[in-house]
Amino acid sequence: MAGITSYGAYIPFYRLGKDTAGWGSPIEKPVINFDEDSITMAVAAGMDCISGGDRELVDSLIFATTTSPYIEKQGAAMVAAVVDLRRDIATNDATNSLRAGTQALRSAVDAVKAGSAKQVMVTAADCRTGTPGTEFDQTSGDGAGALLIGDEGVIAEVIDSYSVSDEVLDNWRAEGDGAVRSWEDRFVLQTGYLSVMPEAIQGLLKKVNLGIKDINKAVLYGPNPRRHAEMARQLGLDAGQVQDPLFGQMGNTGAAYSLMQLIAALEGAKPGQKILVASYGDGADAILLETTDQIANFNGKRGIKGNLEKKRIRKSVGVRGATLKGLDGGGPSASARWRDRESIDRLHGAKCLSCGLIQYPPQRICSRCHTKDQWETVRLSDKPGKIFTFSLDYLVGGVDSPLAITIINFEGGGRGMFTMTDREVEDVQCEKPVEMTFRKLRSSGGVHNYFWKAMPQRFQGAFQGIA
Amino acid sequence: MAGSIRDRVAVAGMGCTRFGERWDAGAHDLIVEAAYEALEDAGIEITDIQAAWMGTATMSTGMSLSEPLRLQYIPVTRIENACATASDAFRNACYAVAAGIYDIVLAVGADKYKDGGLSGLTDGSMPGPGHAMTAGATGPPPAQFAMLATTYFDHYGLSFEEGKHMIGRVSWKSHLNGQRHKKAHFQREVSMDAILNAPMIAWPLGLYDCCGVSDGAAAAVITTPEIAKRLRKGKEPPMFVKALQIAMAPNDGNFNTKFDYMHVEATVRAGERAYEEAGITNPREQISMAEVHDCFSITEAVTMEDLKFSERGKVLRDIEDGFFDLDGGLPVQPDGGLKCFGHPIGASGIRMLYEMYNQLQGRADRMLNPGQPSRQIKDPKLGLTHNLGGGPAGCAIFVGIVGLEGA
Repeated sequence: MAGITSYGAYIPFYRLGKDTAGWGSPIEKPVINFDEDSITMAVAAGMDCISGGDRELVDSLIFATTTSPYIEKQGAAMVAAVVDLRRDIATNDATNSLRAGTQALRSAVDAVKAGSAKQVMVTAADCRTGTPGTEFDQTSGDGAGALLIGDEGVIAEVIDSYSVSDEVLDNWRAEGDGAVRSWEDRFVLQTGYLSVMPEAIQGLLKKVNLGIKDINKAVLYGPNPRRHAEMARQLGLDAGQVQDPLFGQMGNTGAAYSLMQLIAALEGAKPGQKILVASYGDGADAILLETTDQIANFNGKRGIKGNLEKKRIRKSVGVRGATLKGLDGGGPSASARWRDRESIDRLHGAKCLSCGLIQYPPQRICSRCHTKDQWETVRLSDKPGKIFTFSLDYLVGGVDSPLAITIINFEGGGRGMFTMTDREVEDVQCEKPVEMTFRKLRSSGGVHNYFWKAMPQRFQGAFQGIA
Repeated sequence: MAGSIRDRVAVAGMGCTRFGERWDAGAHDLIVEAAYEALEDAGIEITDIQAAWMGTATMSTGMSLSEPLRLQYIPVTRIENACATASDAFRNACYAVAAGIYDIVLAVGADKYKDGGLSGLTDGSMPGPGHAMTAGATGPPPAQFAMLATTYFDHYGLSFEEGKHMIGRVSWKSHLNGQRHKKAHFQREVSMDAILNAPMIAWPLGLYDCCGVSDGAAAAVITTPEIAKRLRKGKEPPMFVKALQIAMAPNDGNFNTKFDYMHVEATVRAGERAYEEAGITNPREQISMAEVHDCFSITEAVTMEDLKFSERGKVLRDIEDGFFDLDGGLPVQPDGGLKCFGHPIGASGIRMLYEMYNQLQGRADRMLNPGQPSRQIKDPKLGLTHNLGGGPAGCAIFVGIVGLEGA
């Protein structure tokens, strides 16, 4: 039995809403902070997904997105490293289509069924930009979802799937384009979304010999609330059968949207429920899942529900699209960064085998007992911590002024100096609990320079798994 | 301790340029200005110098000294130890004389920052010598030192207003002292109101909690006690070296949870060793005056505790009571310190000694600005200088003690 064994999600803390100056809409939606992108969001969702689980069992990671920070350079390799997965795994980016998330899910299930991977982590993240003020801008949102696919401890079995590939110029973004472009509305909807997605759904139902009324929950991609409702009507679904598409809370999160809705559906699901997932983009995918008895005991994830509850409405939209150029200094040396990759990407500290002292960054010699080169690795990225001391620098912050510079003491040992993000000035106080979050420090010369930052602890226990 | 420098060498002459925005002078001009004041003060010629030590954070090799002074093939060692640079140049010069290798040597410290187009020091550029992301990326100096204040306030339960006033008064006192001195970078008094309401640089440090970056040079002629007394016969007495200590931290404050960010351990260690070397048992009573490293107001505050001038956790009372004022029990920064006199990194340590020298000789007022009350400390016997090179989490510390013969 192949299916979902765990899930995780990430929704940016900051939301645009009716009190956001310059937004001009009552619609609420999550937006990335200046230091986030699809890789950082995929990492956060992946950390949620794997929390409490065994990283050693993951044989593959797929990163699905239409907004990879690099055109040439794999996102999956970075996400896998930062989530702290094994090195001898397959990594793959699924890109350039809004169906990238569901395509990644199909590939993952196929790999597990074929026995080429014990577990596959599917991460999907997007932060697409539209022309300000358009309907797209109002209905899209930023976010990420992650699914762990395996054949043991399955909470939702993937029963079958059906895909349609369709070449049509409806939505696109060429290299260098800042915003998504679209052909005329009615053409796009009638010949695209409203005809191709039902084609895939009908194809699947026929294949598994079910009727639409047999579906307990339908997770439907939709470009906006109106078209989503139209799709449900056209398919003959009752209101109770349709998963809330979360417009006005989460919005259309692009390639991650179908998977994030699926996660929301799983959060409320009981054993033995049939869930239909349908996504659209250059064709359509339809996937049928059925929850198992194991879902009743599955918990401890931030998920969609947890993430939606944690938010702060932006005072203004001003920071949107701001770059990190305000932070001076160039990128790091590629060779120096490579040398320190374990401690940069995986936030590995070193624990002295002789006296137990944890040092970050790892040192050759223990500063307590002077033992040389006798260490074991300690992952600090998922550990909760507390602010030991801090300063708020009003000169160097750029878009992040004042820059919150903190000394973090990790629970269980270890200390590090980190800047703090997703914080208001009043959040930065001695002894305040924090958790770690992977972010972009600065971008320069085409290089996105990522490192960990601290942020006010959003969930108790950080990424150790929620009690 | 294997040996002590106490009274084994003496300073026969000193010089110091006016610190500040020296648009008029290049680094070589500053070096010539300071060195020749020292030579003339000692009553010797440049050709009497047998070896030299050059402290500078920005200029390479001993040629940074031999070139401007046209030294003719004598040994020159260039020393860099961040803000303790000049003091370490002075220390090594003293050891060479004490070892009996040379009779008369010169120690100079100089840096020229104001041609750089920046009003402060920037964050270190990556990559550093250590970890790619954390070496040199630990935040610029104001934020690093601000964290001392954050923790100090938090631990001792000081409200923001109490803590801010405490460190503000440190700067207020330094400006009051420094504006009397003709050679100080900043030439005006600053009100407590202005200090407390100045723009925030790195919370809780405001503009007046931070020292400026300056151009400047300072120099010392170091020799044996016998030669020093002969050279200064009929003039003010020479200054005797009582203790020279360096303590180097392992730079683990940012990853060792034992590091409390309320004190600088290297200062404690260097101070204890210096007191032992100089035979001092009660520094608060025995030290007449001090020039310490007040790169930021909070640095001076915690240094008072680290040097045992104040009891641990009790410096607020001493600061607010005026104990460290020019007319207080232990005047600190009589020339204005880094805060008001200025901070050309490689020169500051010898500048501090220059103030001790003038005060010990009773001629502090020769650099008095017109119309200002005397800045001479009454009958000083022992003076202490202190530098902190680096940040609170990891630094090179110098503590030196100088005084009159027999003190």
